[in-house]
Amino acid sequence: MRKLIFLAAILTAAFTAPARADLNVFACEPEWGALSKEIGGDKVSIYTATTGAQDPHQIQARPSLIAKARGADIAVCTGAELEIGWMPKIVEQSANSKLAAGQPGLFEAASFVRLKEIPARLDRAEGDVHASGNPHIQTDPRNILTVAKPLADRFAELDPANAAYYAQRYADFAQRWTAAIAKWEAEAAPLKGLPVAAQHAGWIYLFDWLGLHQIVVLEPKPGVPPSSGYLALVLATIEKQPVKMVVRAAYQDGRPSEFVSERAKVPAVTLPFTVGGTDEAKDLFSLFDDTIKRLLAAAKS
Amino acid sequence: MSATKTALCAITASLLASASAPALAASGDDLSAIRAEIKEMRRDYEHKIDSLEKRLRAAEAEAKAAKAAAVAAKAKTGALAATTTTSASAPVVLASAPPPPPAETPAPRPPASAASFNPAISAILNGSVSSIEHDPALAAVHGFALGDEAGLPDRGFSLNESEVAISANVDPELLANLIVSIDGDNQLSVEEAYIQTTALGNGFTVRGGRFFSSIGYLNEKHAHAWDFEDAPLPYRVFLNNQYGDDGVQVKWLAPTDFFLEFGAEWFRGDAFPAGNADDNGMGTVTAYVHSGGDIDEESSFLAGLSYLRTKADGRNTGGDMFSGTDDLGIASLVYKWAPNGNPVNTNLVLNGEYFLGHEDGQFNGVPVNYNRTGFYVQGAYQFMPRWRIALRYAQVQSDIDLPLALAGSTLDDFGHSPQATSAMLEYDTSEFGRLRLQYTYDQSDLQPNNEVVFQYTIAIGPHGAHTF
Repeated sequence: MRKLIFLAAILTAAFTAPARADLNVFACEPEWGALSKEIGGDKVSIYTATTGAQDPHQIQARPSLIAKARGADIAVCTGAELEIGWMPKIVEQSANSKLAAGQPGLFEAASFVRLKEIPARLDRAEGDVHASGNPHIQTDPRNILTVAKPLADRFAELDPANAAYYAQRYADFAQRWTAAIAKWEAEAAPLKGLPVAAQHAGWIYLFDWLGLHQIVVLEPKPGVPPSSGYLALVLATIEKQPVKMVVRAAYQDGRPSEFVSERAKVPAVTLPFTVGGTDEAKDLFSLFDDTIKRLLAAAKS
Repeated sequence: MSATKTALCAITASLLASASAPALAASGDDLSAIRAEIKEMRRDYEHKIDSLEKRLRAAEAEAKAAKAAAVAAKAKTGALAATTTTSASAPVVLASAPPPPPAETPAPRPPASAASFNPAISAILNGSVSSIEHDPALAAVHGFALGDEAGLPDRGFSLNESEVAISANVDPELLANLIVSIDGDNQLSVEEAYIQTTALGNGFTVRGGRFFSSIGYLNEKHAHAWDFEDAPLPYRVFLNNQYGDDGVQVKWLAPTDFFLEFGAEWFRGDAFPAGNADDNGMGTVTAYVHSGGDIDEESSFLAGLSYLRTKADGRNTGGDMFSGTDDLGIASLVYKWAPNGNPVNTNLVLNGEYFLGHEDGQFNGVPVNYNRTGFYVQGAYQFMPRWRIALRYAQVQSDIDLPLALAGSTLDDFGHSPQATSAMLEYDTSEFGRLRLQYTYDQSDLQPNNEVVFQYTIAIGPHGAHTF
């Protein structure tokens, strides 16, 4: 009986609790949380499921994430199988059918972008490959702009009362973002054509945008940590084809890129990869400010 | 090419038309005229569709060939660059030669074949080799009647249970999951086969069929997701490793900021600790509450309280018969830590569960009414990517006031409290492949036993995400 009263109390609390915002957003990664904030302003309440220090491929379906997903109206994720190891379990356990695949409540950013590096062969012998292509689209700011419009449309679809508000926020963001892209491109002009090494093949969109030339990747296969024997081969490659820097994401183990950096005598650069990856990358704008600042600093040394 | 095909179609059509024309005139029947006309049109369209399909196939093949050629060319330049830049035998993976050709392709369209509705199929394979000092077939946990799965593994090489899992959404309302296991003796069994709601709303989920109960922490996890090769001692003696049966489950996730879940289950009651489905085949009920959340960015926990009550009617465990009620309460706690909440490089998992059981009935015809307790604590630490170590201590205790008639029987613990200590070292070839070496100092029997097991476990196919 006491259990029943307890249950009833919780139920009443649940249904009488005041709605905090018009739209509850469950953002899978910090960059989409930040974009939701730009578009949604104070009409949305955002929970960001991961941080810049975490590897978005390998998140555990923690109880806290399930609890937050239960009340979400929309999940804003990368898609392209980046979250395949955790999101399906969270959606299932949260019993929130709004977030199921195919529903308007599941927004997958990668489905609006032309993906690169679609594998010709799907085989786990090739390492951690993504069938639909490289999902790390947020490293090119032009992709953020591409995704912003359908996100604003989706917010409007789910919350028609604030449709004009989202459209206006989008227009404002698009204008500021376009100007920022022009500024970043001008700043990053000296980086064009620079040869670089990457720890994980997660930067193709950034490198293509800025015209950086990736000579070698430290991982033998995507997601497979390099052995010291393999790093020796990488160093031999770098000896023949010198690179200007070794790039890694803040969430990755720094040892492989530091190993190569020390021996090849080139700087190791830690890039934020997403909002919160470094202390400076506080929002989408400072994410790219900081990324370019760090690349320029390494290119100069 | 298409022009000739169209011309051919036209000729065929006109030939057909002229061939059928006399037939029309001869019969003078309107109906057959219409029929013939329809037939003619159908043929005509079939030809057109056929030719269009051929063109489509040709175009697809062309596109594929072009893509393959591009890939081959890319691989060639990569290989060339590798041979010119490194003298080592194993070529380093080079990025595409400068300037990188933009490998952009339009957003993928879902394939239109019927196979795209195929469910996700995966398989778990595992095998082991063990060395056990004293004969595992004679091992006993004195004071406890054990189910058929609760024994020690065989000595030597053995293929353990292979699992095939098939899962998919049934429709917008339901999902279905089938897990079939084949044991080393080629015995096929349905481990789980259930349907589950996906769209009830308000946090409710209903599941029906055969499934592992959600009581405790380890119970609903599949054996391949455990941190050790075997179930901890209390799971072996109280639940025959894992409690699963045919029944129905209702779960409700509370709309709270932290995780709070209530669940209840009603089972047939054939599986140990039940037996011979009593009560019209609805002999086991359970209830549980799970709660958890993040302590900070680096650590999270999950706690649970579970209760199981079952009736056994002539439960037979190796010749011992029990009829009566069996109650079991489980308190569980799991704590996980990873630096910055990123478990990829290093992480720690601590968990423990406490069991309190009560049996009241007739054991081999002798009235018994007694308590049993048990617990285990374990910790697993990943000290570098791919490497983990783990330690576990487990103990069970029977508080029976032994009737004289049962002296020397299975329920006689001979004043001994069974316990076991295990250590495990693990190397992962990837997320999908694992090698394990486990040592157990097993004091569950009167005579301590040294047990060493080396085991591999792999998953192939699209294996679903794991629970916390």
